[in-house]
This record gives sequence, structure tokens and C-alpha cells, in this order.
Amino acid sequence: MNNLIKGEKHDWEMVIGLEIHAQVKSNSKLFSSSSTKFGSSPNSQVSLVDAAMPGMLPVINKYCVEQAVKTGVGLNAKINNYSVFDRKNYFYADLPQGYQISQYKYPIVGEGKVTIDFKDGTSKDIRIVRLHLEQDAGKSLHDQNPSKTYVDLNRSGVALMEIVSEPDIRTPDEAGMYISKIRSILMYLDTCDGNMQEGSLRADVNISVRKPGDEYGTRCEIKNLNSIKFIKQAINYEAKRQIEILESGGSIEQNTMLFNTSTGKTRPMRNKEEAHDYRYFPDPDLLPLEISKEEIGKIKSSIPELPDELKNKFIETYKLSNYDASVLTAEKQTSDYFNETINSDPELKNHAKIVVNWITSELFSLLNKNNQDLNNSPVSPENLGQLIKLISTNEISGKIAKDVLEDMFSSEKTARQIVDEKGLQQVTDQGEIAKVIDEVIAENPKMVEQYLAGKDKLLGFFVGQAMKLTKGKANPKMLNDILKQKLNKKN
Amino acid sequence: MKIDKNTINKIARLSRIKLDDKESEDYIKDLNSILDWVEQLNEVNTENVEPLSNISSSILPKREDVSKDTNSSEEILENAPDKLEGFFVVPKVVE
Repeated sequence: MNNLIKGEKHDWEMVIGLEIHAQVKSNSKLFSSSSTKFGSSPNSQVSLVDAAMPGMLPVINKYCVEQAVKTGVGLNAKINNYSVFDRKNYFYADLPQGYQISQYKYPIVGEGKVTIDFKDGTSKDIRIVRLHLEQDAGKSLHDQNPSKTYVDLNRSGVALMEIVSEPDIRTPDEAGMYISKIRSILMYLDTCDGNMQEGSLRADVNISVRKPGDEYGTRCEIKNLNSIKFIKQAINYEAKRQIEILESGGSIEQNTMLFNTSTGKTRPMRNKEEAHDYRYFPDPDLLPLEISKEEIGKIKSSIPELPDELKNKFIETYKLSNYDASVLTAEKQTSDYFNETINSDPELKNHAKIVVNWITSELFSLLNKNNQDLNNSPVSPENLGQLIKLISTNEISGKIAKDVLEDMFSSEKTARQIVDEKGLQQVTDQGEIAKVIDEVIAENPKMVEQYLAGKDKLLGFFVGQAMKLTKGKANPKMLNDILKQKLNKKN
Repeated sequence: MKIDKNTINKIARLSRIKLDDKESEDYIKDLNSILDWVEQLNEVNTENVEPLSNISSSILPKREDVSKDTNSSEEILENAPDKLEGFFVVPKVVE
């Protein structure tokens, strides 16, 4: 695979690392009992701890710790029995403490890895450096008033997991696949709701470019991207910007960048002199976090089947390709739907590939078109299973089945009902098909002549005519066979 | 380590404190004497000793994940110099 970008003088390679911020799925905040509910009225979920009133002390949420450990296990990572909370100091209006409680030197989770799967069947491991727990900040609204900023502290103190990757990513697509995979793992584990629109999952992207084989170049960091589309756009723009500077003889200045979602461009956020000096130090309000081997073991045993295990199971049980299996397992709702469909009839196990195709292409495109989600699909797994069985037993053709599915989607009737009501059963009666073909041949003597003179392409014309007469219900294979037979006899 | 004029200016900026020249001089003197005093600890050999951040032998207390509905906005905004419809209002801080 060629991952290089053409420059004017030579090819360039991108080197990309991601810092993903995933909001921990929990009822209350990391160090206070305030609710984490999204979309409540401003400052209604702020305790005196979250507002940093003098004398308030943080008390850690046990469940958030377990969620972080669970996620670490899901990322095939080392869980640290001992970790420490530090203060990361900076001034901002939506950070009432003047510091964020985070983990610096001793994170709760160490090195791990995740695997991404390409369409051509190959895979790649992206290494994880660490995962640590930290507090989220409040939310600032800058666009409500020309001279003022409005601050809502509801999000202040909500638990985040920051997942840091090694710079193992080489293309915008890989970056997209990596964050999709992390999102998928988090959602299977139920440790984060994965909602990028609401900001539950967002990423900072570190990117540099180099001549293939060279040392890493100077990198820039693009802050706070909350969609896969924006991540790819920002990487593409930033890589091009860096290459242009380097090719015209300049050098890259290490910078923090902002991405403008309407122009698709990045720009530096603050200059070097203002570079933050966070003055990390251990938070004197919190003792070190210790987790026993027993506790870790207990959490490990509670972990559900993860996408990669499920993928391997699908490959083994149903002989699916690596790519098909990874598409099925990318989202839990998809693998659940597949499981329910294929288990709805013992026959279907022999037609797994057909089941995959009907879910991931036909049903998905209908859901997309109607702006719906698999979770509230009007076609239940059992009904889809019934439709596929009608195809696999040759009762209806695949082409007709597409119309039936659309009908099922809008009418919520079963496949059987629709096929019976509309009389869509495939014609598999030899005599009946032969009769139709005779008709077509008799009506088109000129075409027959041309066909016999060597114009093979005309076969399609005869098939089309015959299909029209049977309203698309003739079994295509039988139709083809009989047609060829009859035409060749004329010769 | 010695505190000089540059360092004191940096600390002042990070702390959002404005110092005049006289105050800067005073703080340079004060902070240097504090550092000198603490630096006596350098006499102790700490090779192969992990840094200690806490001398307490107790364990970090943890809470269950139970949320309390506080509907806090009125109380939280009570001391705010400026507020509007439940928001804190501050001078524009966007770049």
C-alpha cells in the first residue's frame, strides 16, 4: 500500500498520534456527587467541589476507577496497581480550581495496543502509550455576546479517560479507523457512550511529516476534533501546510492549532512565548490510588465479549472474511442484529455471507436513506431472516427480494405476507418458463437471426424480455439455461 | 537554583499577579532564602529512593457512583459578579 504524499521534490510520509478524550459513562462526577447528565440547564449540576469553593475536598468515584480499569483491559493494556493524581495548573474562565486534576507520571493504565482492519484483509496494530483519568472543564460560550463569555460548569469535574497512542498512524484513513476502533471497544465495554456530537468522545491530533525513513519531523497539535470527518480533514490540511513550508525551505514551528470546521483550515492557537507551563505536582488532597490484583481480576472477569474476539468467532463459525467480520463487529448493535438474524432459522447458518450482505448493504442503505438506526429498524432480525430464507430456498429471486425488503421497511409486514399477497414467488416451472421463451423467440425473429450470426450480446435482450413477461419472477438461472438451449437448437 | 528577575516575572505572570520593581526585588530575596533553606536537603543521598508524595499510611477513600440532584444554579451563582440566565458572565476570553 502506498501511504505517501507526492511533494514537488520527493514523497512525504505523515506521522500521526492521537490523544482521545473519552467521557466515562457514570452517574456522578469523578470527585463529586453531581450528576453527569447532558443537556441540563446551565450550572444546575454543580456542587461546591465542582465550583472550587474554599475548603472543599475531592472524594474519588469508585465506579469511574473501575471503568478506567475495564477500558485498560479492553485495550490489551497493563493495569497499574499504583497511580497518582496530579494538578495540572492553568488559568481559564471555565476551570474554577485553576488546575485540572489529572494523572501525569503514574497513570492508571500503561502500554497497550489495538488492531485496525483494512478492506484488503490486512491489519495493523496501533500501540497505546497510556490511559489516565482526569477531570473535564466547564463549557464556555463565546458567540452569545460580542464582549462577554458565558460559562456553564455542568461539565466541570466529569470524569474523562485520556487515551494516548504512539505515533504509529500514517494516513488520515488510519486515524479514522483507529478512533472508530477505540469507540467500538468503549461501547462494547459500556465505559463511554461514544457520542461524538455531544462531545463524549473527542481527539487531539499530533502530526508531522518526514521523508520516508528519516527521523520524526517537528509536530503540531490540532486540538479538540469531535468528528471522524473533521479529523481526516484537519490532518489533510495540516500535512499539506507543513509540506509546503518545508519544500519552500522553511521549518515547522511546534504549535498548538485550532481547526476551523467551516473553512477546513488549521491556524495556530497561541504562540510559543505563551506556551503553557502546567507545573504538574501531586495533588495534596488525594492519596495515591491503589488497586489490588484481586480487584483487577474481578473487573477482568466481568468483561463482555469484545469486537476482536467476536470477529474471530464469526470468522471461525461462519467462514466470513476478516473484513466482513470486522464490519459486523464494529458496532455492538450490528453484531447483535447479525446474531439474532442468523439464529432465527437453523438453515441460515449455511448462508452467513448472504446474511452479512443483506444487513450491511441492503438494510444499512435503507436505514441511511430514512435517517434511521439499526436499534429502531422497522425490519426485525427475525423478519430479515425469513426474507433471506425465501431467497436461499429459491422461492423468490434476489432482485425481487430487494423490493420486498423496501416494502417490509415501510409496511412493517413480514416477508412471507408480502410475497404471498403480491404473488411474488419465483417461477421455477420448466414448462412455464419454456412457454414464455418460445413467445419471445417467436416475436423477435430478426434478433434471433442476428444472435445466431454471432451477436452474443443479444442474449441479455432475450433474458430481459422474458423477465418482463414473468414480471421478474422467473428463476434467472433456469431462464438463462433454457433460453440458450432453445436458441442453439435453432442453429 | 537561583531566582532572578526573569524567573520572578514568569511566576508572577503564571499567577496573574502584577508586581512593581520594588515588590519584585523583595520576592527575589524572600524566595531565594526559602530555596536556600530547602536546598539543605540536597545533602541527603536519595539515589534509588522513589519520590514520596504522601506520608499518610491510610488508603484513598472512595465513594459509590450515586448522583445527587442539587439544582445548584442559584446557590452557585450567588457570588458571581455578573450572571445571565444561569450562566456566569466573564470578559471575552476567546482568542
